[in-house]
Amino acid sequence: MSQSSSRSSGQPARESGLLDRHLSFLKALRSAGLAVSLAEDLDAVQALTALPWGHRATVREAYAATLVKRQVQRPIFDALFDLYFPRMVGAGTGGAVADDDAATLDAGSEGESRPEVRDNAEALQAMRDRLSEALARDDVEQLARLAAEMVDRFGAMPGRGPGLSSWSAYTALQRVAPQELTDRLVAALVAQGDARDEEAAERTAGRRIEALTQQVQDDARRRIAEEKGPDHVADVALRPSIDRLDFTSARRADLEQMRREIYPLARRLATRLTKEQHARGRGPLDFRRTVRASMSTGGVPLTTHHRPKRPHRTELVVLCDVSGSVASFAQFTLLLVFALREQFQKVRAFTFIDHVHEVSHHFRPGADVVDVMADLAASTAQAALWGRTNYGRAFAKFAEEHADALGPKSSLLVLGDARSNYSDLHEGVLRDLASSARHAWWLNPEHRRHWGTGDSAAPAYGAIVPMVECRNLTQLGEFVHELAR
Amino acid sequence: MSWFASPAEVVERLGAVGYLTDTATATTAFLAGALEKPLLVEGPAGVGKTELAKAVTAATGAELVRLQCYEGLDEARALYEWNYRKQLLRIQATQVERVDDAGHGGAVGDAWQQTHDDIFAEEFLLTRPLLSAIRREEPTVLLIDEVDKTDVEVEGLLLEVLSDFQVTIPELGTITATRRPFVVLTSNATRELSEAVKRRCLYLHLDYPDADREREIVLSQVPALEERIATQLVATIGRLRELELKKAPSIAESVDWARTLVALEIRELDDKAVDDTLGVVLKHASDHERAVRELRLRR
Repeated sequence: MSQSSSRSSGQPARESGLLDRHLSFLKALRSAGLAVSLAEDLDAVQALTALPWGHRATVREAYAATLVKRQVQRPIFDALFDLYFPRMVGAGTGGAVADDDAATLDAGSEGESRPEVRDNAEALQAMRDRLSEALARDDVEQLARLAAEMVDRFGAMPGRGPGLSSWSAYTALQRVAPQELTDRLVAALVAQGDARDEEAAERTAGRRIEALTQQVQDDARRRIAEEKGPDHVADVALRPSIDRLDFTSARRADLEQMRREIYPLARRLATRLTKEQHARGRGPLDFRRTVRASMSTGGVPLTTHHRPKRPHRTELVVLCDVSGSVASFAQFTLLLVFALREQFQKVRAFTFIDHVHEVSHHFRPGADVVDVMADLAASTAQAALWGRTNYGRAFAKFAEEHADALGPKSSLLVLGDARSNYSDLHEGVLRDLASSARHAWWLNPEHRRHWGTGDSAAPAYGAIVPMVECRNLTQLGEFVHELAR
Repeated sequence: MSWFASPAEVVERLGAVGYLTDTATATTAFLAGALEKPLLVEGPAGVGKTELAKAVTAATGAELVRLQCYEGLDEARALYEWNYRKQLLRIQATQVERVDDAGHGGAVGDAWQQTHDDIFAEEFLLTRPLLSAIRREEPTVLLIDEVDKTDVEVEGLLLEVLSDFQVTIPELGTITATRRPFVVLTSNATRELSEAVKRRCLYLHLDYPDADREREIVLSQVPALEERIATQLVATIGRLRELELKKAPSIAESVDWARTLVALEIRELDDKAVDDTLGVVLKHASDHERAVRELRLRR
């Protein structure tokens, strides 16, 4: 039934190019890492035939409901949908408006954005006035229109020949500089009485300008996709979803979003671990109970009884490099490990740059994440004497001052990129440390292909302690799961 | 019968029973009805996942069959079970009859065959939620609540029900739904569901609503609240969600807060009022401290 309906809808679609568009959209989704099966493909087509096509938002949700089964993938989906089913065509002012989002172009704005008025000081001033007005009113439609106009007018990069021209969100944003409108916007918000106080107004203003910036970037991408085809843009301009984003290439906003992911991740891991422990829970034979139970079956032990299995819990010692390049990675790992503290017997954490400093006391049970991060950042100063990463010295200091932390029940976890500024590596010390612990691992946030390049001592240390690549939240979650079971 | 005629009708009819939807929810609910596919709803606690199923039930005049999932849920609780006590009684009764008939000389083998056929009849079948939802003739909404709490094996059990709407009982054969129920599965995402289950479902992620919709929801749930206070309340909740809290307040908590304010006859949501009633919204001590500090409640 599903096949017949997709075939019947496929016939006219093939002529209009709709089917091709649908298929290339799916192809882009798959290459972006979404596992879209053939069955889901058919579901999507069926969903679209059941729906009115009039509203772009409806079509988007129909695709989302049938194709996207994990929320972390939704941003990728939205970006790709905007590329393959753009909001409008061209500058969007010539009446070629594709959908309801921008359907109500009032005559006024159409008059203002005559194509012959290009980039000049007067146009810039007018644009900024209109922007700050729209931002103050939080007029979503007007802002979307203005974002498109910004790209059209200030972000055009004329090429030397046909097909070589392009659009740049960066140029447009540099030229118009919406950040400079913040003060005006804050004043307007306070005057309108929308905000409780100045601080709240600043926050609101920041959020709206951030959203505008995002819109301008999306629109530039849309224009480029129009010029060069969506497949080209899909390959180059998309960022991976937050759980596959590299720690080392994350921006500040990404880091905040990642931090919010830590607790859900810890909760998922804890559930998984508890389930696995239950499933494996068959301890040694309980001889007495088995014999007692066999009485009722005439002395034949039909069912055996077992003692409950005592879950073994690891003691964990974490030693992490907190120098600038890998600080965020170390923080995430520490947060995750401490969020899972019930799964371990005891966790001790030490940070170093060229000197070792214990930070376990910052992780009180039930402590506030933001406070912990602030405390950690403040204590970084104590981990440095000269401020240049020196792994060898840090290991030597650790062995000298905190050797009692490691015992036959503990696991040693070293976090860092093993870039030691060409200093003495003290491999012997690390070997001693590793041998005094039950297990030892090294987590490296760099891609495996960078190990051993430049001042990286990854191969030298990797020969002593098994080194694991851990670049994003997914890999981190998998590793911690293995560690705790 | 189709469940809804269009996404717009979903908005209208669910709105009439007090459940305010956005485009995503309306479209997906419409598709779940039109394609007769199960709907998997994920999202944080308290955003109205279970309420969605109840609203669909109320709006369409159907009946709700609910399967609450928990760790250790098994086939006997979810699908069906043989009523073995009754079967035993039946066997004993047959034995008594046979003793009575022995004088007249009946074939023992026949009697056993007869009993065997008898005790695996519908009379001895105890239907559990999944099977009863499938066998119902009237419109039914089947709610499988918190499906992430079950073990992985139960997911396997669900597959047959979710894809073909049928249940196979070895002794009776396959029972197919005469009328496909509207199936809603909810999950708090404490674990990833298997690909097999996800593939068979439509997916909807419910999140915290935007300020305007939340205000409407609060006002429709607590009509006694003044509009001005509702606006302040929603703005404060929005601010709280921006903080990095362990448990961000959900819609359910906004509504609770609104009820509290009405009950305490608080007419102005100033710093002191927020501070006094914050316990309704935030359930962790560290969240509480953070909120007090960030909102500067105690100067």
